Amino acid sequence: MRLSNLPWVLVLQRLGIAVLTLIIVSFAVFFATELLPGDVAEILLGQAATPEAVAGLRSAMGLDEPAVSRFLDWLIGLARGDMGISYVNNIEVAELVGGRLVNSLRLAAVTTAVSVPIALCLGIGAAMWRGSLFDRVVSVMTISVISVPEFMVATLAVLIFSVWLGWLPALSFGANVDSLSAMLKAYAMPVITLSFVVSAQMIRMTRAAVIDTINTPYVEMALLKGASRSRMVLRHALPNALGPIANAVALSLSYLVGGVIIVETIFNYPGVAKLMVDAVSTRDLPLIQSCAMIFCVSYLSLITLADMIAILSNPRLRQ
Amino acid sequence: MKREHPIAASQPERNARGYTFGWVGRIGLLIILFWALVALIGPALAPYPPGEIVDWDYFGPVSGKYWMGTDYLGRDIFSRILMGARYTVGIAFCAVVLACTGGVFMGMIAAVMGGWFDMILSRLLDAFNGIPSLLFGLVVVAAVGSSIPVLVLTLAAIYMPGSYRFARALAVNVNTMDFVTVARARGEQTGYLILREIFPNILGPVLADLGLRFVFIVLVLSGLSFLGLGVQPPYADWGALVRENIEGLSLGAPAVIFPSIAIASLTISVNMLIDNLPNKIRDRRE
Repeated sequence: MRLSNLPWVLVLQRLGIAVLTLIIVSFAVFFATELLPGDVAEILLGQAATPEAVAGLRSAMGLDEPAVSRFLDWLIGLARGDMGISYVNNIEVAELVGGRLVNSLRLAAVTTAVSVPIALCLGIGAAMWRGSLFDRVVSVMTISVISVPEFMVATLAVLIFSVWLGWLPALSFGANVDSLSAMLKAYAMPVITLSFVVSAQMIRMTRAAVIDTINTPYVEMALLKGASRSRMVLRHALPNALGPIANAVALSLSYLVGGVIIVETIFNYPGVAKLMVDAVSTRDLPLIQSCAMIFCVSYLSLITLADMIAILSNPRLRQ
Repeated sequence: MKREHPIAASQPERNARGYTFGWVGRIGLLIILFWALVALIGPALAPYPPGEIVDWDYFGPVSGKYWMGTDYLGRDIFSRILMGARYTVGIAFCAVVLACTGGVFMGMIAAVMGGWFDMILSRLLDAFNGIPSLLFGLVVVAAVGSSIPVLVLTLAAIYMPGSYRFARALAVNVNTMDFVTVARARGEQTGYLILREIFPNILGPVLADLGLRFVFIVLVLSGLSFLGLGVQPPYADWGALVRENIEGLSLGAPAVIFPSIAIASLTISVNMLIDNLPNKIRDRRE
């Protein structure tokens, strides 16, 4: 076997690509937020600023230096956890982001815990009874969810669960979450919405992965031998589909990143995304940079993880 | 689009069945044409001026006078949706045409040229795929503010890398085929190879991909407008209409529901059309 085909070499290669991508992405974020808007010193001082004051602030902030060295300084600062200081309220960005990040991660974790088992069952079921009524209903549902915006899923969830059924509060969050039931109610709506968005992708990909395996000759052989349909899928096809399924799960979870931005805003959830959307309206650039990098890093790590699972689970690369 | 082939007579008879649409595809096409028409002449059809307050009752119900109710200020929702079609469909269409034209041509050039040019371009554009689309929009809008040209360019930039990747993968396959090798041996220039040999052979799948990308762009545009960062007041696309009236959600106001239905009808109908495209358009080899 050639060296370039060893799984761990491929994984290292993939990690290298991820690091390279991260550097390019961070440059894009830096470029967009520092260089596009024009002179930060002028923005900060407002329209009444004298040229001397602008020049003074520029040298104090180090804006005279060339863009590349500013970029490197910023990147090194980020790597050490120094995210800079917010323009708007002069608080360390790290301090602003810290608590919010925990909230966002908690939301993501709960959503994952809810959506993965449901999506796997529905996806594998749809593949097992392919072409049946169940399969068609699931397919139509997932396509509908995928082809409408996230905020519409949220709107529908509010209409159904709080306007018509009256089970949950509509758009308020975090007012008083002292009891367990209050907390469950507060989390329910964001989690339901996000789970719908993420599961729809996951169901489709899982179904496709299992069907791919079912179409192989050895699974057909199992069927010809007289194995039942469920045995054929669960014992013969599923073990080989685990890699692609894990890949699908990691990829679909990357949709959380986009979904969370909408969902946190609509439900007023105190997470990083809400912080970032608020920062955009006040043009607080250091805060936007840091939040954007947090999202990019999580997105990239999920995609990289998905690729690495695909590499490691490929039986042809095993020794 | 159609061009007469001088050697058409010697070609085998085309199977007409491969080019017909299923009924689901036809419904999709019909809805798309409807919205395209509304985007062109919508404001002329509107029963009231879209920006004018016509009713004292805000979040009014569906009635004979106001077909889709009134919004948070008492403006007619039906007129505003007809007007919003112009922004949603128009911006998304311009962006998708820009993204796909740029992506497809760069993809074909990369496939024909190969070598380091291809490698660097592919790596660079792949890196841009590492930025979640909505986030990309957020960052740009934060940096330069929101206006319609900025939105079109940003959305085009977000979806160009994907289109590049798709077209490049198709073009690499076509590039190794015999007729391209023959043309190259004849001494044809790169421009000729791209336009006359490769482009006609990837056109079908590229058009299908354009449709899907249109859906993604509509979704991101609506998302940005919903966050208040897309089309700015007094103008409103469908996403902005939902945002404006979101307060009415807990009342179950039609002002929130109808713009949402408009978005869904557009995106779902494009999906219906793409999923039911005639096989011959989707893949010429079939």
